[in-house]
Amino acid sequence: MNKMNQSGWKPGTPVAADDAAHHPTVTGNKALMLEERLIFELGTRETCGLDLPEPDTDAPSRLGKFARKQPIDLPGLSEPETVRHYTRLSRQNYAIDLGLFPLGSCTMKHNPRLNEKVARMPGFADVHPLQPVDTIKGALGVIDELSHWLIELTGMSAVAMSPKAGAHGELCGILCIRAALEARGDARKVVLVPESAHGTNPATAAFAGYEVEDIPAGKDGRVDLEALKARLGPDVAGVMITNPNTCGLFERDMKAISDAVHAAGGLVYCDGANFNAIMGRVRPGDLGVDAMHINLHKTFSTPHGGGGPGSGPVVLSAALAPFAPLPFITKDADSGEIHLIEEENVGDEFPGSFGRMTAFHGQMGMFTRALTYILSHGADGIRQASGDAVLNANYLLRSLDDVLDAPFGDAGHCMHEALFSDQGFAEGTSTLDLAKGLIDEGFHPMTMYFPLVVHGAMLVEPTETESKAALDQFTTAMRSLAERAKAGDETLKTAPHHAPRARLDEAQAARKPVLAWQGDKED
Amino acid sequence: MRYLPLTDIDRGAMLEKIGAPSVDALFDDVPSEHYLDGPVEGLALHASEMAVEKHMRRLSKQNVAAADAAFFCGAGAYRHHVPATVDHIIQRGEFLTAYTPYQPEIAQGTLQMLFEFQTQVARLYGCAVANASMYDGSTACWEAIVMAARLTKRHRILMSGGVHPHYVSVAQTMARFTPEHVDYDLPALDANPGDEALIARIDDETSCVVVQYPDIMGRIPDLQRIADAVHDKGALMIVVNTEPVALGALEAPGNLGADIVVGEGQSIGVGLQFGGPYLGLFAITNPKHVRQMPGRLCGETVDADGKRGFVLTLSTREQHIRREKATSNICTNSGLCALAFSVHMTLLGEKGLTALAAENHRLAILAADRLAKVPGVSVLNDTFFNEFTVVLDRETRPVVRDLAHNGVLAGVSLGRLFPGGDELENGLLVTVTETNTEDDIEALATALEEGLGAEEMA
Repeated sequence: MNKMNQSGWKPGTPVAADDAAHHPTVTGNKALMLEERLIFELGTRETCGLDLPEPDTDAPSRLGKFARKQPIDLPGLSEPETVRHYTRLSRQNYAIDLGLFPLGSCTMKHNPRLNEKVARMPGFADVHPLQPVDTIKGALGVIDELSHWLIELTGMSAVAMSPKAGAHGELCGILCIRAALEARGDARKVVLVPESAHGTNPATAAFAGYEVEDIPAGKDGRVDLEALKARLGPDVAGVMITNPNTCGLFERDMKAISDAVHAAGGLVYCDGANFNAIMGRVRPGDLGVDAMHINLHKTFSTPHGGGGPGSGPVVLSAALAPFAPLPFITKDADSGEIHLIEEENVGDEFPGSFGRMTAFHGQMGMFTRALTYILSHGADGIRQASGDAVLNANYLLRSLDDVLDAPFGDAGHCMHEALFSDQGFAEGTSTLDLAKGLIDEGFHPMTMYFPLVVHGAMLVEPTETESKAALDQFTTAMRSLAERAKAGDETLKTAPHHAPRARLDEAQAARKPVLAWQGDKED
Repeated sequence: MRYLPLTDIDRGAMLEKIGAPSVDALFDDVPSEHYLDGPVEGLALHASEMAVEKHMRRLSKQNVAAADAAFFCGAGAYRHHVPATVDHIIQRGEFLTAYTPYQPEIAQGTLQMLFEFQTQVARLYGCAVANASMYDGSTACWEAIVMAARLTKRHRILMSGGVHPHYVSVAQTMARFTPEHVDYDLPALDANPGDEALIARIDDETSCVVVQYPDIMGRIPDLQRIADAVHDKGALMIVVNTEPVALGALEAPGNLGADIVVGEGQSIGVGLQFGGPYLGLFAITNPKHVRQMPGRLCGETVDADGKRGFVLTLSTREQHIRREKATSNICTNSGLCALAFSVHMTLLGEKGLTALAAENHRLAILAADRLAKVPGVSVLNDTFFNEFTVVLDRETRPVVRDLAHNGVLAGVSLGRLFPGGDELENGLLVTVTETNTEDDIEALATALEEGLGAEEMA
């Protein structure tokens, strides 16, 4: 199959001199830019890349009448072909390891390799979740130590470690709120969420059985405290506030918001996606927060892995701690002994716990990485990291706010991310065009069209692991792109021009979904 | 601090550009009474790689690694050999340090891999469409239940006693807060997986029936028979699989009447890791249901030059577009574990998966037959793949703990999985994979002989 040469150029015929730089190749490859076919086009059902014993067809069976009769139709590749296939694929990805990855609210910071080494120690990697407790004391030790620092850094009372990612942590926190309210016989129906919130917030509240209502934002990009107070009442279970918020601003009134919600009988959920901006400097517990998830894959440097796995421990206030899900650990104050509490020994001592949110103990592989990160940075490094993250974002904000509209540029310093709008772009040129132009300049685009409260939003989060030189290069590229967007540069509208693919037809993908390989029907 | 590139000279120049006197001044929106003026109490200062590694190694040594014991634990988490290639590929920075592929022009590596992964999972399960992964098997199971409720507009969930109790517990937790109600009875300590009893409980209110294949005690239920009864009542059949290697030997659930197949993919490529991160698999047999599916989907399309490419698609189901009306709140899933699964599955291919399954089954039969000869031990199962239940003449938990002290991790006691399950307390779930040797099996049998014999004498 070769659909890469669509120019009409006949292989073997001479290429015009002025076309040499752009002429097609027989293979579709362009030197180091290598095309790669699917495993279904490369492999066969008879190929295997591992040495396994040949099955004995007369071997005894205890499968009853359920032995497989139909083929699975899975191709295999030899080891060299497998390594080459995935290595070639990998080169079509952008990654933190390649350059600045300024996705707002995603905290794409460097992933330290020591974390990876530690997670692979046999004592962590090769341990079963249901081994007898005597054989997993180190695992419980990691959970205990990480829990301790998460609680200290947030000023909370307890932490539920098992949630598998940020949104799962949100769910855990909201369920704790619901369980606490139900325990006092106070069923409430509504959760208030600001319009600027990440989509997981309203989705989570709905998934937990709540109705969702918007909290209006003020002109300064922050929650409108008076409007919020006016909406509070006996039907409001709680609020979900992101702090620092998705406009990159610290919610100055957070304590007043919490006090008002508590006075009205509700509870406060804080989305901790942006905790990187304030770790070591502000403790959410001091601001009246009752529950907050922490994305270990953002703030605590565990890798994003192309979309997970994440890890979303939830710190809880004293009011919510009794409702934490199973399993959890307790520590004997005198002996220092750590106990694993699960179904078999939860007994009557923890009547509030609402049960499991996942099998086993959560993302142990992320706990070891996050603890390694915390110990590496130490108390001084953690504070320096949040400081540098905020410094880098403000530096970008002030390096670009003369060429790009910064809607809250006058609202004071930003936190870890800088927000811009598409105001001033030529008619017909969009935020998307600028973002795709950024790809040609060798950067990953920023978060686009989010938060929804800003037109054509561009949310830029550099993180603390970028050097000044990297920021300056990014700024130079952004300034050029901003000028081109204002001038309505036509070539920007078809960018990227230098990526492995031009713009992809997303409408076709959704209209006629092809979600599994269907065989090479077209050739 | 080795992860922070800025120098004090840089910081000074940047502050000047910003017009702020200090980094602390950038936090002037934080009310001063809530701004910490010093480092976190009790946490040491930054530490070298060497020092941190030493600390973490000390903690790791307090665990008994599976490789250092005769190891027979399973129950939803399985020890299989992970080829060296798998770990090499997932540590390539272009995969490891990439984000969710929202910018397809520079994420074709991840996207093509996900498209291949979806196809591999769909074929393994005998389904039409699989998604790009969920957190793990237990959460995928709940998402399947919610999807079934959306399709049937019914809310009674019938869960077989053979479903992993952690999966049941997750469903029961979520059902407390949603319109769903879970109908579930503990399994019986019986060779028969109880298909008839389950079928008898299906009624016109039932939204879905959840059956595990093979089940938590290693038994193999008759999916087709249950599915026929489920469909007679207009309900949906959800099949849970916690051991994908089994599907190299057993017929695919999608070929036996399942509507939604979910499972844990950890066995292929991921490793034990004390329970996470793992890999939720999610697939459906009827492609018309795709718009009710949770999670990310990768689809094929073309770029502006007509070249084939891949994108995340049908995102109008998802939270970042639909907010409170989304099919799920899931965002980050298990991308890197999906890559590990896909690489391992590519190395195996159909031939390798079949051979791997055969080897697991061969050794499991060997172990079952050997343990049956131990006085005080009987094998419960008529059918099994690589995991079966033995019944001891006493409660198994103390026996398992004692054997652990002698370097034998004998399996998972049903008493731990089903506290309060009375007769189940004498059950022990034993799992045998290609990583076990015949010597391991002999060590387990001997340890049980000694353990049970010594107890009797005492």
